[in-house]
Amino acid sequence: MPAPFDLLPILLKGLPATLAVTVGGIAVALVSALLAGLGRSSRDPIVRWTSIFYIETFRGVSAIVLLYWFFFALPLLTGLRLPAILAGIVVLGLNIGAYGAEVVRAAIESVPPGQRQAAKALNLSAWQTMRYVVLPQAALAATPPLGNLMIELLKSTALVSMITVVDLTQMGMFLRTETHRSLAIFSMLLLIYFVLSQCIALTVRLVEWRLSHGQDYGGTR
Amino acid sequence: MWDWDFTWQVMPSIMQGLGVTLLAVAGGMTLAILLGLLWAVFRRSSAAWLSWPTYGVVEFIRSTPLLVQLYLVYYTLAELTGGWLSPLWTGIFVLGVHYSCYTAEVYRAGLNGVPRGQWIAAKALNLSTWQTYRHVVLPQAIPPILPALGNYLISMFKDAPLLSAITVLDILERAKIAGSQSFRYQEPLTIVGIIFLALSLASGAGVAWLKRRTSTSQT
Repeated sequence: MPAPFDLLPILLKGLPATLAVTVGGIAVALVSALLAGLGRSSRDPIVRWTSIFYIETFRGVSAIVLLYWFFFALPLLTGLRLPAILAGIVVLGLNIGAYGAEVVRAAIESVPPGQRQAAKALNLSAWQTMRYVVLPQAALAATPPLGNLMIELLKSTALVSMITVVDLTQMGMFLRTETHRSLAIFSMLLLIYFVLSQCIALTVRLVEWRLSHGQDYGGTR
Repeated sequence: MWDWDFTWQVMPSIMQGLGVTLLAVAGGMTLAILLGLLWAVFRRSSAAWLSWPTYGVVEFIRSTPLLVQLYLVYYTLAELTGGWLSPLWTGIFVLGVHYSCYTAEVYRAGLNGVPRGQWIAAKALNLSTWQTYRHVVLPQAIPPILPALGNYLISMFKDAPLLSAITVLDILERAKIAGSQSFRYQEPLTIVGIIFLALSLASGAGVAWLKRRTSTSQT
């Protein structure tokens, strides 16, 4: 293989860990975003304040500090030790989920009030209104900003290399100490991350297209 | 579990590290504000050879990890030149360039938000390009830009501890050193977490205030 690409197969050994943290993190982020986004506007003060507390802490502290805290400080405080890759999935997922919660909330608020009134007039229950009227419309509004957050999550997976996970970035660091070809190694890493983020962007566009199917923008056509 | 004596002992070092972090953010933000404006102007240019490459580079930098960008610049410079640029300056440079790709979008949105009629009216009044920017466009574009820039300032502050990966003696690096010397990570890292929480909540409130101010000043 030509010069920089001889390093590619070795670099790609870090890909499974990066993909695991990305996919796991996205799952954690979507669930926590939905729960906290709904909980944020709950009438129950305990649910509401728990959601606010979660959102503000996980947004206010930076991802790398959270990661270090959960990996190095938490075991000393509580004796609870998470494997590094699991800590990465949980912490990065909760971090991005806290941003996602605000997206979910904004999307739900963007559904016109007439839709809820119409659902009430049709005698739908609160759950049916949420499930069949509000969420499908909110999902479409939330998809593009959530997609951006997924790319943020992919980018932040590089941080798990700092808590001993052997991901793409960590493989790059190993290779660097072996070969001292920093420019080639890290440029190629950036290209790999770019390709991965374009995959996410494409998937998000597909999801958006699927969700917008059959949408009728009343009055505009 | 928690040692208060040790807490007070590590505080001065962490505060010194916070100073370095804030310095990096101030430098990075200055660079990001200036460079971002340049990218935004380039992208608005009618010359395709200028607008398209700018678009490509901005998108590329936005879609790749800041940590890897830091490593790329830091280690490449070290290998090529023997490290003439200190880690702190390297960090400020990379932070600034990374965030300039975000501020570019903020400027673009701000400039696009000014209705076309305003440009046409300025032309009808025979204002020069500079006069149009100075007296018509910028006074309308800047107020909505400020809160968005503030948000990126907060984001940059939260990304700044990454500079510890290239050995900058910032707040996180100080905490890591204190932790590895004593095998007590809980106190230094918790202090760092609380400092970040307090500062980002406070600056978040500041941005919200700015948003209210700027949205009511325009009618």
